[in-house]
Amino acid sequence: MTTLSVTRATLHKDLRMEWRSKDAINSMLFFSLLVVVIFSFAFNPTAEESRRIAGGLVWVAFLFAAVVALNQTWARELRNQVLDAYRVSPAPPNALFLAKAVGNFLFVVVLEVLMTPLFVVFYDLRSVGPVWQLVVVALLGTWALVVNGTFFAALSIRTRSREIMLPLLLFPISIPALLAMVDATTSILTGEASPDFWIKMLAVYDVAFTAVCLLLFESVLNAE
Amino acid sequence: MKQLFIAFIVLTLGLLAYSTYQGLVVAPTEQTMGDVQRIFYYHVPSAWTAGVCFFVNFLASVVYLWKRNTASDAVAAASAEVGVMFCTIVLITGPIWARPVWGIWWTWDARLTTTLVLWLIYVSYLMLRRFSAGGQTQVLAAALAIFGFVDVPIVYMSIRWFRTQHPSPVMGGGENSGLNPAMLHAFFWNLLSFTCVGIVLMALRYRLQRLEEEVEAAHAAVALQGGAR
Repeated sequence: MTTLSVTRATLHKDLRMEWRSKDAINSMLFFSLLVVVIFSFAFNPTAEESRRIAGGLVWVAFLFAAVVALNQTWARELRNQVLDAYRVSPAPPNALFLAKAVGNFLFVVVLEVLMTPLFVVFYDLRSVGPVWQLVVVALLGTWALVVNGTFFAALSIRTRSREIMLPLLLFPISIPALLAMVDATTSILTGEASPDFWIKMLAVYDVAFTAVCLLLFESVLNAE
Repeated sequence: MKQLFIAFIVLTLGLLAYSTYQGLVVAPTEQTMGDVQRIFYYHVPSAWTAGVCFFVNFLASVVYLWKRNTASDAVAAASAEVGVMFCTIVLITGPIWARPVWGIWWTWDARLTTTLVLWLIYVSYLMLRRFSAGGQTQVLAAALAIFGFVDVPIVYMSIRWFRTQHPSPVMGGGENSGLNPAMLHAFFWNLLSFTCVGIVLMALRYRLQRLEEEVEAAHAAVALQGGAR
């Protein structure tokens, strides 16, 4: 069994399960919708202000929503001892990790595609800088959240208070990524500064933590 | 071994008394800041000791993942706890110093924010240790320790992008930098005594961790015998 074939099979299974149940995407969508509405009550911004705070709003909403999906990543593998079966099988552990991370990445990207029009409507957003840069920031930023999130979900599934543990572990480590995402988005939306430094920062973060995740996942999967 | 350790504790207490005397009495009063500058003799050595502890934590975690021995895990646990304590001292003494000197308690500059994020990461490490059960704790904690260690330089880089308010290192800089020799004297004595306090606390915490493991093993053995009867 090669890494690629196992990754593809697991990813295919996860996507099909999600397509049939739509559990993760529905809960994420509704959750971030609630965040959008509550934030707009809390801040009641004008168009000018909202361009300044939108970077923070959007990413905090997506971060919180992503935690909802990330928490479900491994939970379904615990039923019927799927994870134990995986452990004794000769399949490479990193293939499983990559499949889960890519799956979560796709879920969160779909969420972002569906939610962005809503943000634009509710906060009257118009980008001053080039929009394609926002797409780059979104892809790099989403991977930054999801790769560590998938790993920490695998950590927290082993602890006593599973669901609460994931954000407690994920948020401190994600602070530099979140800072980069928010600042890059704000500088593109306002067009006042160049987001280049932050985009490079996100790329470095992605590469560094993808490497650490792949290096350590096997130990965590086999932890007894 | 035990007598040697007790001798080291006595030595540390002596050092602590001497360096406190040096810092509070012998060292000259700073010209512009006045006596409040003396917090420097506690603030910087605490930061140094916290850094040493977190580095020990990282090394012990790597060794644990490699060798899987409970001793290095106990070192990791002990150093993380002592490191969080010294980091807390840094975060408390910092604002006390900043308020009269900068006029503000806190600012989101590179070193302050990095220290705060460092503190958050290692508090989450301690929470993970507390909330996970059985033999999994060691592996999970070691993995998180490596994540934390990789994260710190990235945090520092990203926050340095904002303008920094914290003074650049006073020692070993350009020609204009440098402390009064009397201040430097007091500073190095404090650095030494704080490092020794850190080592003593880590050693005690390590011993406690090992005792806890022994007690747990004894409980498990009793439970096994009870089950056989």
